[in-house]
Amino acid sequence: MGTKSGIRTEEMLLNVGPQHPSTHGVFRLIVKIDGETITGATPVIGYLHRGTEKLAENLNYTQIIPYTDRMDYLSAMTNNYMMVHTVETLMGLEIPERAEYLRVIVMELQRIASHMVWFGTYLLDIGALSPFLYAFADRERILALFNELCGARLTYNYMRVGGVKWDAPEGWIDKVKEFVSYMRGQLEGYHQLVSGNEVFLNRLKGIGVITQEEAINYSLSGVLLRSTGVKWDLRKDAPYSIYDRFDFEVPTETAGDCYARYKLRLREMEESLKIVEQAAEQFPADGEIMAKVPRVIRTPQGEAFTRIESPRGEIGCYIASNGKDKPYRIKFRRPSFANLQILPKLLIGKNIADMVAILGSIDIVLGEVDG
Amino acid sequence: MGAYLEQSLGWQNGFIFVLSAVILLAIVLGFVTYSIYFQRKILGWMQLRIGPNRVGPFGLLQTVADVLKLLLKEDIIPKAADKPLFILAPVLAFMPAFAVLAVMPFTESLHFADLGVGLLYYIAISGITVLGVVTGGWASNNKWALIGAMRSAAQMISYEIPLVLSVVGVILMTGSLNLIDIVEKQKEMGMWFFIPQFLGFVIFIIAQLAELSRTPFDLTEAESELISGYHVEYSGFRWAFFMLAEYVYIFAMASLTTVLFLGGWLPPFEFLGFIPGIVWFAIKFCAIVFFIFWLQATFPRMRVDQLMQMGWKVLLPLALVNILITAVLKTVL
Repeated sequence: MGTKSGIRTEEMLLNVGPQHPSTHGVFRLIVKIDGETITGATPVIGYLHRGTEKLAENLNYTQIIPYTDRMDYLSAMTNNYMMVHTVETLMGLEIPERAEYLRVIVMELQRIASHMVWFGTYLLDIGALSPFLYAFADRERILALFNELCGARLTYNYMRVGGVKWDAPEGWIDKVKEFVSYMRGQLEGYHQLVSGNEVFLNRLKGIGVITQEEAINYSLSGVLLRSTGVKWDLRKDAPYSIYDRFDFEVPTETAGDCYARYKLRLREMEESLKIVEQAAEQFPADGEIMAKVPRVIRTPQGEAFTRIESPRGEIGCYIASNGKDKPYRIKFRRPSFANLQILPKLLIGKNIADMVAILGSIDIVLGEVDG
Repeated sequence: MGAYLEQSLGWQNGFIFVLSAVILLAIVLGFVTYSIYFQRKILGWMQLRIGPNRVGPFGLLQTVADVLKLLLKEDIIPKAADKPLFILAPVLAFMPAFAVLAVMPFTESLHFADLGVGLLYYIAISGITVLGVVTGGWASNNKWALIGAMRSAAQMISYEIPLVLSVVGVILMTGSLNLIDIVEKQKEMGMWFFIPQFLGFVIFIIAQLAELSRTPFDLTEAESELISGYHVEYSGFRWAFFMLAEYVYIFAMASLTTVLFLGGWLPPFEFLGFIPGIVWFAIKFCAIVFFIFWLQATFPRMRVDQLMQMGWKVLLPLALVNILITAVLKTVL
């Protein structure tokens, strides 16, 4: 309670979510507001908690893969890879060339699809209706490609320990190449439609600023980290799969605000297109898509942690194995969860419109936050 | 019409008044029905969608079906709401929207009240709507609704001032507040007011969008921030009344813009004079309505503090400059 020029004012407790349209799922935020200015914020999570890690302890390794699909459901391919990659590391498996190429192509297409969902929904948060539909129409093409490859549009369950489940059908690689050139044109269109809009820039510039120190202290990763000027991308700095074979940039920005994150995500789509293009070019004409793995996968006793760059940041998987066909303990390092921690700090002193812009720019997926 | 107003009230002119009011009501409701259809189709095409196409041929009966559904819905009044005010609010919001149409001249002969202070009447009456919005937001006893109502009160008051000041230029040039005189003056000058009053025209269009709470000034309803602002607790026919008020205002504002700046029923060239004035009026009017819907597909939403800054720091000074220039030119020339 405070007084401003003699008028008695009161702070109001406002409950945002879990059914608010801009929380991107079942995220809940209890904000304290003074007028429209936020003076405190408490995130409440857990509405989508399914206990994936605990469930996985009673499943064999192949059975865990579909659960990873459902964590970050906008980027199921990278999540698949994150899990199988750890098992492969633990087993010391050699993956066939063709499988690695297929993995890289689908993971990068997935990154584009995921950023496209972000682009569309973020503009919806900011109040623009049309870009959402354009982005989803383009994402649809990626989903169609995935559908042709593995018969699913959202939760693919595509990767297996030792390779991938399905080989690319005939002509699929050509369609991917076609998509790359199509998407370049579309990205140009996105820039023309949105990037220069004065109203849009006013909403984003200087909002939700994160400093480099904060980003590192809060263990942020992905676009949030790179928007503060830290050049850190696991595809470059700790290459996994066959990422060391491709020529691409790691874009960074120094402003650390919402606009920097917007620009970075669009740039990343361009870089992903470069990788997809190169991978499609180098794609081996034939070869195995599965390594020689036993029917029942048993990992040797021990533990392994691997991490990869998902569209949302560093996603990691830790497996402790006691030599059985099921993990003794499995733990996922979920970037949405880690990135969300800075939210209350960013919200102080901002108004409700900014709250939506800041929350959107963090790009959380609730399936991943809640695990 | 004017002649009937002079006579004392009798059966004959009373009947004519009622009849024409009903006709106008039908026209306005027809406009609302099809402007929603039009809006959805335009947005659909702009967004690579089809738009309504199921109910009736080409989806023409979609809005009718929607309205029927709204009317048949359960009437819900939240327990904690202030009941009398909650019921009163939609009425307060939509009544002035219809009342302002009384002074609107559609052609030189087709108009209702030929008021000497027509423009002033319009502005004064339309200012009442904000009361309905604030009442609705307050009576809902919902925090989101309250924030939405406060926002719209701030927004409408801030933008009413540049809106009024932007038309002062037109008034100065005409020397009358009568809407028919304003159009006649444009005829006399051989030039529509959007040319000599270009600055005023631009300010008027911007302020008008803010008054109507259309994109990019749709902060009062901001569904991604405030869910839907002041009418979040309303459903069924009460909600339909708020929506009706909104679309009738589009009708009124587009008519007013046509009259003030686009020459009302005047044809663009003399030789096109054989086409009836009402057709010209409709064309100009539709262009403005289209423009409003077009923006909706294009723009993001402004932030509330930026909106205020733009109203007070940009539009208001510009409107004053416009008045000054007009006054100086009028004295000099």
